[in-house]
Amino acid sequence: MKMESKMPGVVLTPEQQKTRRQRNIAIGLAIGGFALLFYIVTIAKLGPGVLNRPL
Amino acid sequence: MDTRPETVKMSFISESHIGATQSYPVSIARPSDYVALLKPRVMSLVIFTALTGVLISPVHVNPVIGFASLLAIAMGAGASGALNMWYDSDIDALMRRTQRRPIPAGRMRKEDALGFGLVLAVLAVMTLGIVANWLAAALLAFTIFFYVAIYTMWLKRSTPQNIVIGGAAGALPPIIGYAAATGEISLACMALFAIIFIWTPPHFWALALVKAEEYGRAGVPMLPNVKGADRTRRDILLYTLLLAPLGLVPWLMGFASLAYGVIAVSLGAAMLIFSARVHHNRTGSKADRCAKQLFGFSILYLFLLFAEIASERFIAILAANLPGLSP
Repeated sequence: MKMESKMPGVVLTPEQQKTRRQRNIAIGLAIGGFALLFYIVTIAKLGPGVLNRPL
Repeated sequence: MDTRPETVKMSFISESHIGATQSYPVSIARPSDYVALLKPRVMSLVIFTALTGVLISPVHVNPVIGFASLLAIAMGAGASGALNMWYDSDIDALMRRTQRRPIPAGRMRKEDALGFGLVLAVLAVMTLGIVANWLAAALLAFTIFFYVAIYTMWLKRSTPQNIVIGGAAGALPPIIGYAAATGEISLACMALFAIIFIWTPPHFWALALVKAEEYGRAGVPMLPNVKGADRTRRDILLYTLLLAPLGLVPWLMGFASLAYGVIAVSLGAAMLIFSARVHHNRTGSKADRCAKQLFGFSILYLFLLFAEIASERFIAILAANLPGLSP
């Protein structure tokens, strides 16, 4: 524990923190968009039959 | 599970940089830098020509599937752009036109561009395969491979015919679009391929005439640097002489109207005039101006030809599907 407190680790500059946050948001939006795209494509490929399956 | 505090875990990345706030290689790339890697202007041309390929297909395409297919093709084009910028960052730094790109400008590491490009390429090919079909996906994979490995890594730095052969990569999107819609390849989409393929050399050589000094400084063997400006002007004219009649093929094959034929004749004649002016004016600022005009007009030429085909087909599809519009 003593050693840990002495090690500052990687300290990001404000610019690095800002751009990392922007990248994280962009990645999140891209993944969300991709998931939504595949959901819509799945519905489009299955057509109305998606609701017409045996339970 | 690693239960060490975050600071200790991160210190294993590079012991020598612990606590160094300025020198630690953490990226400062913004999302806009990643967008720049995709070469958005090239991507827009790819989307447009691929859309034309989809529209000339004789089958009904579900709009959602069509949109997703175009998105996957666009992603593939973007991946090619990113991988091109990864490999070419050394020569990009030497040319004014490209030195503000994310890697030469120092905002992004080469490895980040490589990783981004590879992930995007795999995602694009898999998505197109799942959404459309595997023929289209294979064609997209081939296009990315051809652009990155054959053109960027090999031809670009080794032969003045680089953009003649490499132009095949830029000409493939209409074939991919057609294949995504139908699962096959036809003569019609091959005709669109041929138009872009023959259009590419005069388009790029017009730019190369103006930027010859920059290409020379970067060691890229463009035709004006290797064979001279006069030979380049002659070849521009020869390719344009091929291109002008080739532009008529969509009308002759019957998948574009007479109106398209008239537009193709007019635009082809204009391309020939611009090329003849480049051929004729060989010195001074007028020579540069003529080359720039040809470069600018060549973009308009391709855009208008494909826009006419796409809009004709789009109107025909609308007329067939909207009640009240169908005959």
